[in-house]
Amino acid sequence: METRNLTCINCPMGCALAIEMEGEKVIGVSGNTCPRGDAYGRKEVTNPTRIVTSTVRVTGGDADMVSVKTGQDIPKGKIFECVKALKDVEVHAPVHIGDVIVSDVAGTGVDIVATKNVACR
Amino acid sequence: MKDYDIVIIGGGPAGLAAAVSARQSGIDSILILERDKELGGILNQCIHNGFGLHTFKEELTGPEYAQRFISQAEELDIEYKLNTMVLEVGADKIVTAMNRDDGLFMIQAKAVVLAMGCRERSRGALNIPGYRPAGIYSAGTAQRLVNMEGYMPGREVVILGSGDIGLIMARRMTLEGAKVKVVAELMPYSGGLKRNIVQCLDDYGIPLKLSHTVVDIKGKERVEGVTLAQVDEKSKPIPGTEEYYSCDTLLLSVGLIPENEISRGMGVEMNPVTSGPKVNESLETNLEGVFACGNVLHVHDLVDFVSEEAASAGRNAADYVKEYRDAAGTRKVEDIHAEREIPLVATGGVRYTVPSTIRTAHMEADLKVRFRVGSVYQNCFISVYFDDERVIHRKRPVMAPGEMEEVKLTKEQLLQYPELKKITFKIEEE
Amino acid sequence: MYDVIIIGAGVCGAAIARELSRYQAKICVLEKEEDVCCGTSKANSAIVHAGYDAVTGTLKAKLNVRGNELMGGLSEELDFPFERNGSLVLCLNEAELPNLQALYDRGVANGVKELRILDKEEVLQMEPNITNDIVAALYAPTGGIVCPFGLNIALAENACANGVEFRFNTEVTQICKSEDGYELWTDQGTFRAKYVVNAAGVYADKFHNMVSEKKIHITARRGDYCLLDKEAGSHVHRTIFALPGKLGKGILVTPTVHGNLLVGPTAIDVEDKEGVNTTADGLAQVLEKAGMTVKNIPVRQVITSFAGLRAHEEGEDFMIGEAEDAPGFIDCAGIESPGIASCPAIGEMAAGILRDKMGLIEKDDFISTRQGIRNPNNLSMEERNVLIKENPAYGNIICRCEMVTEGEIIDAIRRPLGAKSLDGVKRRTRAGMGRCQSGFCSPRTMEILARECDMSMFDITKAGGNSKLVVGTNKDTV
Repeated sequence: METRNLTCINCPMGCALAIEMEGEKVIGVSGNTCPRGDAYGRKEVTNPTRIVTSTVRVTGGDADMVSVKTGQDIPKGKIFECVKALKDVEVHAPVHIGDVIVSDVAGTGVDIVATKNVACR
Repeated sequence: MKDYDIVIIGGGPAGLAAAVSARQSGIDSILILERDKELGGILNQCIHNGFGLHTFKEELTGPEYAQRFISQAEELDIEYKLNTMVLEVGADKIVTAMNRDDGLFMIQAKAVVLAMGCRERSRGALNIPGYRPAGIYSAGTAQRLVNMEGYMPGREVVILGSGDIGLIMARRMTLEGAKVKVVAELMPYSGGLKRNIVQCLDDYGIPLKLSHTVVDIKGKERVEGVTLAQVDEKSKPIPGTEEYYSCDTLLLSVGLIPENEISRGMGVEMNPVTSGPKVNESLETNLEGVFACGNVLHVHDLVDFVSEEAASAGRNAADYVKEYRDAAGTRKVEDIHAEREIPLVATGGVRYTVPSTIRTAHMEADLKVRFRVGSVYQNCFISVYFDDERVIHRKRPVMAPGEMEEVKLTKEQLLQYPELKKITFKIEEE
Repeated sequence: MYDVIIIGAGVCGAAIARELSRYQAKICVLEKEEDVCCGTSKANSAIVHAGYDAVTGTLKAKLNVRGNELMGGLSEELDFPFERNGSLVLCLNEAELPNLQALYDRGVANGVKELRILDKEEVLQMEPNITNDIVAALYAPTGGIVCPFGLNIALAENACANGVEFRFNTEVTQICKSEDGYELWTDQGTFRAKYVVNAAGVYADKFHNMVSEKKIHITARRGDYCLLDKEAGSHVHRTIFALPGKLGKGILVTPTVHGNLLVGPTAIDVEDKEGVNTTADGLAQVLEKAGMTVKNIPVRQVITSFAGLRAHEEGEDFMIGEAEDAPGFIDCAGIESPGIASCPAIGEMAAGILRDKMGLIEKDDFISTRQGIRNPNNLSMEERNVLIKENPAYGNIICRCEMVTEGEIIDAIRRPLGAKSLDGVKRRTRAGMGRCQSGFCSPRTMEILARECDMSMFDITKAGGNSKLVVGTNKDTV
């Protein structure tokens, strides 16, 4: 059995969670003061995910960069791979919020989408 | 000279929400003056997500959140001028502004909404000793360079200040290829959200040093390193605790200050705690018909609350204009000022309140009083006293200076106390 | 072969260059930094002292009083900000009254006009924020404040307009006597001149000692300062000193010509001649001592702190003249306070020495005036709109704290001896010098510099050399 310690992020309390694990299996969560802490702890040790936000270069637009995000959470372990996949991406104006910039980024099945409108210069 | 019913100074989240709600309240003649090249204000460079949970019940990035309001403003045909700097507003509500195309021009407004936002505190405000080389940026300046212009200000970074912008920039710099060595925080607690500490620092193994500050900056041309030291309860560095970090960049995220130069120039009375105007329940300053909202009024933690507050300012400005019109161009000033103002007193851990006064007759049905606490409180109560009677006593598991608190007062409640002299807000242990 | 080479483009080098440019001569200024006004001249109290401090009969006394007299006319000719705001030297206890009287007497002997000793009431009426401990004060209405950058840049631009050559990023490494003058080795090649003027500030001893056996030693004496927001700018109206003690003139409190409040300096001798780092102790000392003369200084309004180095020479006086054993090598060394006040007179004196030695003849086409960067804030609305119509860049505010337009920044870059860096723009226009300390405007000023100078953003610096502001693009190392 192994214990993993995390800080709950659901509210400013920041409860110190202790998650009892047996292999990949969660045995119990302690230290939380509400059910949200329990759920967060379980997810965070078994399948932590994050939304990744970044930028890519735009040509011909009224801005040089356009902000982007992963359309959904991706596995935490894929963050850097995801960023790397954006390294040399360049899009042409116009760009609209929601436009797919890279599909299935880093094999996550999740698309990178634009989060800002960029008009043509 | 052109005239408008409402001139809104600033086209960021506050200005936009105020404009939208004023239009929805029936005012046609509205003008937003924005100094940047686009609407949306600082949200345009806040490309991370986490905005809008209260307003739209979904998590948006800054630019997406801004676009929701920009689209509304455009659908409502609200007039705006970009790249336009307001130089001065007179107490007579004559706004002097300037841009490349119109030159220097003046506008007569019936009501003015101040929505200029805030700026970052600089190194000088902290009196950090050392050299003054290139490579020292406020976190927001670095955020603009990286997120909007695509330039990296440095490769090896130390961040002073663990407010949310500092934390967010730690992650941004890391994802763009820089090495963030440490985040130092003067206080014994972070000013940022827990979620940001976990997802911006812990996720990337960036250490957070609480009760630490920068005591020296090395490097004559470009930053070569900084020295951190632990501080005592009085925030004084403790000799012998110095630790040197080599780096080429120091980012400062050490607080925000409302930008009230225009307000002061007009004669708006200020609250020394917030560095923002003193306002009544209508978010109106001591100058009638001059309203304030958003970070120019007090620095907010979440943009959702800015939008909510600004919408209220917009409605109130609209009401003021309508009243103004009904009275054939003149408001009965005496009537307004003859009305009793009940002062709100912040004490016992509550640093300030917005608003500072309430005129019961002018309240909307509900009024949210917003404030911040002075330090971290666990399992304490927010108490509100009408004169000596405790009328609200609400337990809060945790309160921290980084987060805004709010208490709802109702008009109905206040009408029951016609002789009320003051309303006191305090934190109590039981 | 130049007739005269001047080492150093600070206020003295520039003042001498400007005075010499009245004559028919081939003159060059060599400066190791990327711009004028990069050493002692850029970080000091910016005070035009009245002239009562220096010991009667010294060069300091003579040139201070003369420089003060010249400053008003010069500021009109060369269009830089100068204001005779007056100064007060405070006496804080009865026992020191004789010292105050002695200072008055010395001032009169030095030729300072209009000096008066004021009693407590008169002082407090004039300056209500002065400490209640005040007993009496010496009032010098002729004391003034100047923009040290404006002064230095104006002198250099005018010299340039009159044919003086300026070479920046050119560091003199060795000086050798040659048959007809001197050879100056630099990192940009060798320069030859019949006469050399040594106006090298804290490095003046290094160059002097290269040609003279009579060695001198200049100590870099650091002074830490705090600059406060314009909101605090009218806390006092005159320059406030404490009666000088053993440690020099002590900490002063003064408004600046641009409306900020300046307090400082400390006086700490340092080994490193580039050691312009402030220290926590130094800054604490500044604020503490300032509080002894002026009450309720709003210390929360500090917007920046900085340190400068004075060039202190052991002889305690300015050293201006031909080195005894090095004919044709003119020293202008040990120029510490009151150097800013004295510089117009130093220029006159050094140029006079060279004129007499070289038999220089005046030009008939000397241009005596120079137009500074146009400040639209001084124009009427109509005039301003004409300007914006002609050049829309004057309608575009870049620095919102100091209200500096793109038009002014472009002017600062394009004019002769123009700005090449962020600090260069700042010293010429004040963009970035305000309360946000360039947080908002630096990315925009960088863009303008890149466009105007046809430079890559990666080559834009804060102040030349290796002070690069951005180091790469997003993800370039990912």
